[in-house]
Amino acid sequence: MNQLSFPFLSLIIFLPLAGALFVTLLPAGQTIRRVALGFALLTFILSLGLYFGFDSTTADMQFVDRAHWFAPLGIQYYVGLDGISLLLVLLTTLLSAISILSTWTAITDRVKEFMISMLLLETALLGVFSAVDLFAFYVFWEASLIPMYFIIGIWGGPRRIYATIKFVLYTMAGSALMLIAILALVFAYHQTYNLWTFDLLKLQTLHIAFRTQVWMFLAFALAFAIKVPLFPFHTWLPDAHVEAPTAGSVILAGVLLKMGTYGFVRFCLPLFPDAAKQAVPLMATLAIVGIIYGALVAFAQRDVKSLVAYSSVSHLGFVMLGVFALNPEGLSGGILQMVNHGLSTGALFLMVGMIYERRHTRQIADFGGLWRQLPLFASFFLVIMLSSIGLPGLNGFVGEFLVLVGAFRVNPWYAVLAATGVVLGAVYMLWMFQRMMFGPLDKVPNQQLQDLNRREVAILVPIVILILLIGIYPQPFLGPMQVSIGHLLAGM
Amino acid sequence: MIHLAWLVPALPLLGMILNIFVGRRLGRKGVGLLASAAVGSAFLVSLGLFISLGGLPHGVHQAEQTLFTWIAAGSFHVTVSLLIDPLSVLMSLVVSGVGFLIHVYSIGYMEHDKDYRRFFVYLNLFVAAMLILVLANNFLLLYVGWELVGLCSYLLIGFWYEKKSAADAGKKAFLTTRIGDVGFALGILLIFVTFGTLDYSAVFSQAPKLLQVGGTTATMITLLLFVGAIGKSAQIPLYVWLPDAMEGPTPVSALIHAATMVTAGVFMVTRTHVLFELAPFSQSVVAIIGTLTAFYAATIALTQMDIKRVLAYSTISQLGYMFLAVGVAAYSAGIFHLMTHAFFKALLFMGAGSVMHALDGETDMRRMGGLIRKMPLTGWTFVVAWLAISGVPPFSGFFSKDEILAAAYHAGHPILWLIGLITAGLTSFYIGRQVFLTFFGRSRVAPDLEPHVHESPSVMTWPLLALALLAAVAGFVGLPSANGSLIQSFLSPVVGGEGGGSFDLLLALLSTGVGLTGIFVAWLMYSAGVVSPTRMAARVRPLYNLLWNKYYVDELYGFLFIRPFRRTAAFLAEIFDPWVIDGAVNAVALVTDGASRVIRVWESGYVRNYALSLLAGAVIMLAYFVLR
Repeated sequence: MNQLSFPFLSLIIFLPLAGALFVTLLPAGQTIRRVALGFALLTFILSLGLYFGFDSTTADMQFVDRAHWFAPLGIQYYVGLDGISLLLVLLTTLLSAISILSTWTAITDRVKEFMISMLLLETALLGVFSAVDLFAFYVFWEASLIPMYFIIGIWGGPRRIYATIKFVLYTMAGSALMLIAILALVFAYHQTYNLWTFDLLKLQTLHIAFRTQVWMFLAFALAFAIKVPLFPFHTWLPDAHVEAPTAGSVILAGVLLKMGTYGFVRFCLPLFPDAAKQAVPLMATLAIVGIIYGALVAFAQRDVKSLVAYSSVSHLGFVMLGVFALNPEGLSGGILQMVNHGLSTGALFLMVGMIYERRHTRQIADFGGLWRQLPLFASFFLVIMLSSIGLPGLNGFVGEFLVLVGAFRVNPWYAVLAATGVVLGAVYMLWMFQRMMFGPLDKVPNQQLQDLNRREVAILVPIVILILLIGIYPQPFLGPMQVSIGHLLAGM
Repeated sequence: MIHLAWLVPALPLLGMILNIFVGRRLGRKGVGLLASAAVGSAFLVSLGLFISLGGLPHGVHQAEQTLFTWIAAGSFHVTVSLLIDPLSVLMSLVVSGVGFLIHVYSIGYMEHDKDYRRFFVYLNLFVAAMLILVLANNFLLLYVGWELVGLCSYLLIGFWYEKKSAADAGKKAFLTTRIGDVGFALGILLIFVTFGTLDYSAVFSQAPKLLQVGGTTATMITLLLFVGAIGKSAQIPLYVWLPDAMEGPTPVSALIHAATMVTAGVFMVTRTHVLFELAPFSQSVVAIIGTLTAFYAATIALTQMDIKRVLAYSTISQLGYMFLAVGVAAYSAGIFHLMTHAFFKALLFMGAGSVMHALDGETDMRRMGGLIRKMPLTGWTFVVAWLAISGVPPFSGFFSKDEILAAAYHAGHPILWLIGLITAGLTSFYIGRQVFLTFFGRSRVAPDLEPHVHESPSVMTWPLLALALLAAVAGFVGLPSANGSLIQSFLSPVVGGEGGGSFDLLLALLSTGVGLTGIFVAWLMYSAGVVSPTRMAARVRPLYNLLWNKYYVDELYGFLFIRPFRRTAAFLAEIFDPWVIDGAVNAVALVTDGASRVIRVWESGYVRNYALSLLAGAVIMLAYFVLR
């Protein structure tokens, strides 16, 4: 057990916050970017310690830090990691550093405030993935909204205000219900044991009547489903993505959406096991509809960024299908696919941002023949696209195939229908790739474009390395989650 | 030696990686040489494996090499492991051997292309993927190779991406074969759920115990696997990508049609023959689809005027023969034909490429003719390939095709045999037509090109000669003898001894006669001028148009699938998503907004009012929990 004498996990969670405070003290100038990046990188490097210090043989929470917060109601500051949350914490620290580096030339206005928002967001997200206390979870969950609200609303595109208000209101509507369910759960626990607690590990031992479970499950599920987003709660996503600045999109797709899928795994399954089992047909159906629907709508997009946004709806459908297979293969695939989607879609948004910075358009029709002019850009794009469509040998395949194995074991038809998504995914991606990269380089503005610079290559290389590593040798990623998944399923 | 098996796919991969990272410094020569050497050394290692197979202890015919655990989650466990047995080694030899010759040829053929390095990077990856496919010891690793060859075909067919037709063809190849791949993947899932493993040895040894002969599971598994084969090996109804695949540079066509990719399906059925034998229905489906495809594609080839398009339909047709073979459980005959076909089809494509090289990219046979005088090496090696595919003894195609037809006949499928026999006549006719139009008669070459027509450089003609030699003599490994032919006894540890058909002199004479008749008719029409092809075409105009337009299948698919797909997508994206789903969301917002105008009355801005409502709320909540 990783019972360190000093609060290592908390240090990582709050280091970006410290960075944000530090940045406020700095005068305007280039140093702000470097300091922000420095804090994010340091957070990432420290978080690697979590991976290497992680004990894969236990399902217990590790790196636990806890302290009383509001004792009369049993509210604690209580954080810890298990195999389910470990990878998501690492994904957050990696993508935060990468997306800060991606803003070097894209964000020139109010750099200080932007960096503060990004660092605050990182702390909130790390808190979400490590919180064991439901109250702390809820605080981090809501806290993540505020910086994202500003990131889209201040540094976003022309319709940023509409997009950001829609994003915040939609999410808050869901989480309001979740808060009520959390309170109801805590009251129910208090009624049984005469003890106030928000401790997830205690609450999940509570036996709840089936009907009550269903209501609570639905309240949690709505909050998470909006965040995922699960069909039909997805329409805030394209708006938010199209308007958000690149770094915002990367974090939004790469990490923020996983709050929803993670929420299902962390809370809905262990707290309301009977309701979750009962919900399998509903959730699987919505997931599959999302897979196919997202792919079809993505195909018809004219803006490459909204194409990638809809592809997220499709990919997150795979994650949800895996989670609600409720077997080890499906859950492993689902959790790995959360990471994979963060990498490949995050990278796609990065690359869309890179081309937007050069060309100031995202209309697919404005491109064509880019391979001739930007061979390096096109090659990176190719690899990332292949990862996104689940080519064997790259990361997406491992997750997708495990999800299909899990789904097939529940109901072969789930796998059959989801597998059509594999073809559709290739259709819209290849279609887009052809229209942007292939054909003659006939549009004059495209003939002056510069290929990737060193900073941009440095941003993409770590992602591509991970894409290959997870594709060829995924055990270091699948291994640590196995015991936790087994424990979770055994408890249901 | 066996423990070096991993080098077979690893060497071409290494060649690819080196060319990606240091190729720029090697210069053009270096890039081509490195890529060729990588595949050549993979061939040498395969040869070593072939020799060491003989050195295995008596009664042992296979070895496995486990490299590492690939995916382990829950009960799902798959390793990266190689299976070295007569089938995989024979396939490795063919893939790396023919692949090597194609690499060497490409050094000359692609000499003036600006993306020389990218070409060899893709080519190496293609060969590596195919070698992974044939050497895998489990279904999932097979699937890796299976998908990667699909990727490589996408990249190589669309290699000249600035041409829209090329980019379209690459995409079509990837998507069409991926439709098949989904079936294949579902087959793999069903295998896993049924057997709890994906390792060949475990699946095949348990299959007779766990599956009933003719049972639903066995039939479903094999049909799903075969769907994958239909896509990859270009059978009806998913063959449409292969004729378009000629948009790629010609060496790519040679690679796709001969050594890699399209043979994957035939190999896979042979590899999994244990399962297919438990599903007689699936076997019949394989044999029937194969035979129909063989005939159907041959009829299209009769009228085409594009030198590569004729060959493309010929490939589809010949693959049909191979499926006929494996469908009637004549596995060694199927693999035998796969091998001889790899030789003569690579030769045909590379010969066609040599002609195009000389004619500045011309592919229309109406603007060729008499080329053998200026390109004797290309011309005569092409003739060898023609004799081989036409089944003229003693060239290789005679032995392999005859074995398939005999097997079909003896397996009790006289109708399939008859269709196959007729197809053999069509085959020798359309390739004969091609030979006469291209190499003999008077020249119809454009006058400005005529003086420049030249034989290709030796880096291109040497591979032609090597393949011509193989196409001429490789049939002898199928020479019938008392204990079955060499290739039969070599493959018997994998597919069993009684797989191949026995030699039947009468059938052999018959099929030779049909082949020669086809050649004779081609000579009458296109060389002797006794029968005018144009007048013939005029007499059966509707039929001719049907064949010329390839039965309008591309148009049919466009109407049935592609247009509805685009319309559905457009409807969902432009109407349903913004107006119905998002409309509902915005309606909620509007209603809320309207309600808030009413409720605004309470929002007085006086703290005392807020305090009052807070208190009221707290009292109500307390009351609820106290009183319930």
